[in-house]
Amino acid sequence: MSYSPHVDADKRKMLDEVGVTNINDVFADIPESIYNPNLNLPPALSEQEALEMLKDFEELNLHPARSGNYFLGGGAYNHHIPSAVAAITSAPEFYTAYTPYQPEMSQGMLQAIFEYQSVIARITGLDASNASMYDGGTACYEACAMAVKQTKKTRILFDSSLNPHYRELLKSYGENVELDMVEIPYSKVASDSIDSISEKMDNSFAAIVVQNPDFFGRIVDYSKLAEVAHKNKALLIMVVNPVSLGILKTPAEMGADIAVGEGQPLGLSLNYGGPYLGFIASTKKLLRKMPGRIVGETVDSDGKRGYVLTLQAREQHIRREKATSNICSNQALCALSALVHTSLIGKKGFRQVSELCIQKANYAKNTLGAIDGAEIVFDGPHFNEFVLRISRPVEDLFAAMGRSCEPGIRLNRWYPELEDCILVAVTELNTKNDIDAYARRLRDWLCK
Amino acid sequence: MQVIFEKSVKERATAQYPKLDVEAMDLASLTGGVLRENDAEIPELSELDVVRHFKALAKRNVGVDDTFYPLGSCTMKYNPKVNEKAAAMEGFTSLHPYVEFYRAQGTMKLLSHLEELLCGITGMAAFTLHPMAGAHGEWVGMSIIRKYHEVNGGKRNRVLVPDSSHGTNPASAAMAGFIVESVATDSNGEVEIDDLKSKLGDDLAGIMLTNPNTLGVFETKILEIAKMVHGSGGLLYYDGANLNAIMGKCRPGDMGFDVVHLNLHKTFATPHGGGGPGAGPVGVCSKLEQFLPTPRIVKNSEDDSEMPLIWSDDFPQSIGRVSGFYGNVGIAIRAYTYIRILGEAGLRQASEDAVLAANYLRVKIGKLFPVAFDRMCMHEFVVTPGELLKNGIHTLDIAKAMIDRGVHPMTIYFPLIVSEAMMIEPTETESVEELDRFIEIMEDILDVAKNDPELIKTSPHKTVVKRLDEAKAARSAIVTAGFN
Amino acid sequence: MVPEELKYTKDHEWIKVEGDEITVGITDHAQSALGDITYVELPEEDEDFSAGDSFGTIESVKAASDCYVPVSGSVVAVNDELENTPEFINSDPYGDGWLVKVTLTDATELEELMDSEAYETLLKEEEE
Repeated sequence: MSYSPHVDADKRKMLDEVGVTNINDVFADIPESIYNPNLNLPPALSEQEALEMLKDFEELNLHPARSGNYFLGGGAYNHHIPSAVAAITSAPEFYTAYTPYQPEMSQGMLQAIFEYQSVIARITGLDASNASMYDGGTACYEACAMAVKQTKKTRILFDSSLNPHYRELLKSYGENVELDMVEIPYSKVASDSIDSISEKMDNSFAAIVVQNPDFFGRIVDYSKLAEVAHKNKALLIMVVNPVSLGILKTPAEMGADIAVGEGQPLGLSLNYGGPYLGFIASTKKLLRKMPGRIVGETVDSDGKRGYVLTLQAREQHIRREKATSNICSNQALCALSALVHTSLIGKKGFRQVSELCIQKANYAKNTLGAIDGAEIVFDGPHFNEFVLRISRPVEDLFAAMGRSCEPGIRLNRWYPELEDCILVAVTELNTKNDIDAYARRLRDWLCK
Repeated sequence: MQVIFEKSVKERATAQYPKLDVEAMDLASLTGGVLRENDAEIPELSELDVVRHFKALAKRNVGVDDTFYPLGSCTMKYNPKVNEKAAAMEGFTSLHPYVEFYRAQGTMKLLSHLEELLCGITGMAAFTLHPMAGAHGEWVGMSIIRKYHEVNGGKRNRVLVPDSSHGTNPASAAMAGFIVESVATDSNGEVEIDDLKSKLGDDLAGIMLTNPNTLGVFETKILEIAKMVHGSGGLLYYDGANLNAIMGKCRPGDMGFDVVHLNLHKTFATPHGGGGPGAGPVGVCSKLEQFLPTPRIVKNSEDDSEMPLIWSDDFPQSIGRVSGFYGNVGIAIRAYTYIRILGEAGLRQASEDAVLAANYLRVKIGKLFPVAFDRMCMHEFVVTPGELLKNGIHTLDIAKAMIDRGVHPMTIYFPLIVSEAMMIEPTETESVEELDRFIEIMEDILDVAKNDPELIKTSPHKTVVKRLDEAKAARSAIVTAGFN
Repeated sequence: MVPEELKYTKDHEWIKVEGDEITVGITDHAQSALGDITYVELPEEDEDFSAGDSFGTIESVKAASDCYVPVSGSVVAVNDELENTPEFINSDPYGDGWLVKVTLTDATELEELMDSEAYETLLKEEEE
């Protein structure tokens, strides 16, 4: 099958106009020795055949019986997405458009991104946001790069309760430009991390990075750490789950300079890890150090309000090797989804989903933690996930729970001392029945 | 038009979540008192309010489905609807990235096969699908080059980039820790060989090239360039932005490139999404395979019919993790669907038609506006306003006049080496009738520009907003909506 | 058109010498080439520079340009007005649009600078 409209007569007409007889003449600049290679591709398919093939792939994916049986988090969460999100974002005017470089015919996307930036600022309490980054992890690195530029220092400090994938990313990115990524062990009592990080801190660091809730779901007020960072002429970067900000103290209220995070919980499907959405918000002072595209408000020649891509002198297409980042594409359509999603759930819904998560997760925490042979590893407040230790091998748990349930994430790959533990996440999609059924099955297996 | 916050009405709720089905606990004690002072000021609207708001915004935006979009270097081809359907299949969308591997075999098999197909198309030995955009792929590719030299003991910290290159090239190289140096373009629009020769040396890490380059010109001396750079110990990086010109016609691997990145959202018809998400897979030759980012999909060494594929981190020389999970999987599914539907002949045909259409326009438009480096082009070409500059009409004015005539402007002021550049890329999916309509539009603009230049200089006239004050936007830096 | 009493660099900066203190700005030609200036990043007072160091950046809608100190010295004053009204550089490049004042450490470095005549010749050459 082909999407090319050209019939033979069209091609003849074009060849004649170009003044050649054969298509090969048009490609005469390509050296003969490498011309028209074999690509070893399978034969073409009709649309019908392609859909059948895709169905086969789809069926090889084995899902739990119902979405309420997913207890997986770790940076990506299963949430309800209102039906209107897909209906709105599938408008071809949005998804088949390019980056809004021509503002007069792109006001729709420009205004939407402006509104998205506003939502991110309002959620985090900070002044400014950009048009979005690739994902939470890369946004976290870009925040560090902002701190390095702002402070002219090259060391970054964090502990191992920061999302392990983010820590790996910081190392891959930082290695190239010789940033010193200093990692210290996490604290068993979450709030002790303020002291352990403060002890390590001195004025050689550009930034402290903390995650709240941390990778284990623990909540801490990092206000004191912001003071420590600022005393050392460094920035406080906070990684946050946007859903938690329905109720939790904001990065701005804690004194953070930059907030970043994974925007997937704001109306994006799980999609096996992507496309997702990295958001980044900062104080006004840091706005011009931000990477990537930013939409700004202005007026047209009649004085009418409109929007443009602005502060472009930061960016790669103007500043080339001196740009704030190499980023060009953002995740515009994902940012649109996040905006539509938050607009649909509204101010009340944004708080409501946050409350549902924390209430149900704590119910699950209490219920599972009360089972003989199971215990909650960390004390203190938790948002939507927690670490559960079990007395039998984790390896066997997955077999015991069967195909109908995904009970959590194994932690051994990042935390050897937690090899007998799993990270359990709960959202509004996990009903009391789902949690109770999980607890029943776990109890039966542990008591066997 | 009002921003959504201005339409908000207090207490007007919309989507409802289910009631809490467990006993409510005290929020202050659950959170340890770490509560926000005020609710986030998110708009309060009915579902219909929201739908109408975004419908109105959609009407103020233009995509490929609406009109001709000859944006050079961006390959704005038609995005087949079946790709969207494929990526939206629930079995793909509802998969959590941390599921046990046995649950994800379908997606993993598709991704693994896509890697193989991309190897075939480019002539590379192995691919990673992790990079989430072209520039991200560039950075990954340059990190691989850096690691290769590090392992091989070479102190090579210099990277060459043609003066016609995309801005992302030098920015990505700098982010990968290199010093960037520019190579000149010769009078044929190709890399100036003598300049290149003078910039080789034992501190050279490599060169980043786009072929065909950003002038739409095929680098005819590519085999010689590869020999020169390899001879001095450097590697060749291929920026795949312009791959749409050469699918099935020649392969970067055969040209001598060691690393390539592709833009699935350009060449393989996945939508641009108003600026993303895209995907920028990276392919490497066999000696660089060990450096690819982790995790990678590999065959399960244990014989397990339920789980033939697993993700492995067991690559000690890898540059490490570059994305949160596995890249933009949803985009990969779309590109895979496209490649399977077109097949080998279809891809070759697409490139042939794209290049033929570009040359047709080059000859026709060339009668109206001077072509920079006028020779047989690949999938795009660059023109300038020529004589119109004397009437005070610039590229920007022509672009704005096109908007009034219902087509999206071409890429403007790029590449930087052509003053007042207008870069036109028709792609293979526009019919001859559409190309002819575009030629008529350009004739009309030229005509009006000669007779009534003011009309062109003040365009667009028919849009929802007129020319916007960009200086004001940058000076005042209003990037969020204020509170009402 | 080019003020006669000032000195110039090949980077299109002007220098006014008053005793051991100099004032630095960008020329009318430079501001016109950059277009509408939207933002200026300037150093802190008391920061020390060597001749040729970049001391700040000027951004316009479509370009960004680094500024270089022509002589070694220490910053004694910064034009704070530019933070809110960067357009002074466009409207009055030799007056309200000045960037920084620097104290000289080595007056001989001034000898490297162009006079107005030499700068005008440079402009003519660049035009060709």
